[in-house]
Amino acid sequence: MRYSALSILSQALSGNTGWKPVWREPDPKEHYDVIVVGGGGHGLSTAYYLAKEFGVTKVAVVEKGWLGSGNIGRNTTIIRSNYLLPGNEPFYELSMKLWEGLEQDFNYNAMVSQRGIVNLFHSDSQRDAYARRGNAMVMAGADAELLDEDGVRRLCPFLDFDNARFPIRGGLVQKRGGTARHDAVAWGYARGADSRGVDIIQNCEVTGFDIKNGVCKGVVTSKGRIKADKVAVCVAGSSSRVMAAAGMRLPIESHVLQAFVSEGLKPVLPGVITFGAGHFYISQSDKGGLVFGGDIDGYNTYAQRGNLPVVEDVCEGGMAVMPMIGRARLLRMWGGVMDMSMDGSPFIDKTDINGLYFNGGWCYGGFKATPASGYCYAHLIARGEPHPVATEFRLDRFRRGHIIDEKGAGAQPNLH
Amino acid sequence: MIIDHPLLGPRDAAEFVILGDASLINRPDPEAADAEERFYEYVYLRDNPAGLHRELWYHEQGDRSWLVVTRNTLTHEIAKVELARGIAVNLASASKKKAGRKGGSA
Ligand SMILES: Cc1cc2nc3c(=O)[nH]c(=O)nc-3n(C[C@H](O)[C@H](O)[C@H](O)COP(=O)(O)OP(=O)(O)OC[C@H]3O[C@@H](n4cnc5c(N)ncnc54)[C@H](O)[C@@H]3O)c2cc1C
Repeated sequence: MRYSALSILSQALSGNTGWKPVWREPDPKEHYDVIVVGGGGHGLSTAYYLAKEFGVTKVAVVEKGWLGSGNIGRNTTIIRSNYLLPGNEPFYELSMKLWEGLEQDFNYNAMVSQRGIVNLFHSDSQRDAYARRGNAMVMAGADAELLDEDGVRRLCPFLDFDNARFPIRGGLVQKRGGTARHDAVAWGYARGADSRGVDIIQNCEVTGFDIKNGVCKGVVTSKGRIKADKVAVCVAGSSSRVMAAAGMRLPIESHVLQAFVSEGLKPVLPGVITFGAGHFYISQSDKGGLVFGGDIDGYNTYAQRGNLPVVEDVCEGGMAVMPMIGRARLLRMWGGVMDMSMDGSPFIDKTDINGLYFNGGWCYGGFKATPASGYCYAHLIARGEPHPVATEFRLDRFRRGHIIDEKGAGAQPNLH
Repeated sequence: MIIDHPLLGPRDAAEFVILGDASLINRPDPEAADAEERFYEYVYLRDNPAGLHRELWYHEQGDRSWLVVTRNTLTHEIAKVELARGIAVNLASASKKKAGRKGGSA
């Protein structure tokens, strides 16, 4: 069923009794052209673009839990393309362009809201770094604007401009950045894939691979073996565990990132604000809650919860930049496990095992990548070669010395 | 998390910084024939287990010792805390003995 003003009106008149489930619940078939492991945002968008753009429709998405149970349903929903390095920026800008047309493309309301993002700076050197980043963005076809202190004051008068330690001197703005409704992104892609014949198989964990003589011929799951010509893994925080079943060691550590939501307030924040001196970012949801977060906890973990020192650290960051946050009550908080890669950048690549593909290492920035990640992964799987904007996301880049170290933090995943 | 320091007793984990996998103590021999491959693996690849994990913690806001903490990455439970120095010294003497048996010298 396509959603339209007319379909909503006719449902309203018939008491909303005619809505159908948005995707089927099929049993696994014996064989698929492509099995996508992991029904998060990236897995679902990969299946969607495989079917829609590349004509591969004998596809299954195999998910160990329920759709949206992973990081796609846990993140703070910020979308932006304000990267610096040539290996990254064109990729994230493609993602931004896909976000801009997403809802029309998959006929689903993902609440994509380009309310703008401002990265604050607090010193001359930081201003220079942001000016450079802004220029790199513009050169890659994105939008960027450098504001001075008065410009930021007009936008967000409530910030602590005269903070003795970190006075605000200005900010880099990307007006096309913003937020999207994370769950709806998963649901929209799932519906779009399902309606093109993709089987979405939930509650089905992949426990191993069918690998013979260096060729992957399918997966072993909690619902039995399923054969496939190609197997495409994208399991976010579980990458090391899943790829270990294929005998691979990855340049990845699993770390937790926490998120926080306050009670609902009247609209106070114009868009997304990030603190340039500490790690703190904040936006306001359409329901009014302040949604914010900061650093990862910084040590290996698979527990989907964080620890208190980082809660304190995030709240201190919030108080330093935006003291009025101290008046809001915290409603809830949670953690999600992410693949922190050694240079902070992701992977979209073939592996040395024929027919086995890997997508991961998104660290804490993979939500904004959801459309381009799926698109480029589908391109690689269907065509056998990387999409032009994703050529650097190779697994062997560390061996070759071609790391994409956006933050300049070296091989220290807990610093990215 | 509370880390039970072998010399100082229970300390808040916030006093420490973490470096990562304790296998980083085992720095490959730069003279080895396959040193390039081994350094690539040493610097970039990780086992990243779900369960017991041995890792290096530095008591930055304390006595500045390095500890090897054995911690469960699923529960955050700490099973064992050792001084990294003791482990490194043992490793060094073990590898010296091995080299000695082969007739080599340092
Ligand atoms: C608190 C928090 C805040 C964040 N904020 C932002 C943000 O503001 N902006 C941004 O761009 N990014 C953000 N991120 C990062 C972003 O959420 C992730 O990088 C991205 O969602 C990961 O891709 P995914 O959606 O496909 O992952 P997931 O949704 O985690 O999908 C992976 C799926 O694989 C499944 N799986 C795992 N193992 C198996 C198996 N063996 N068999 C079958 N299925 C399996 C999992 O159940 C899961 O559903 C944030 C993350 C967190 C935790």
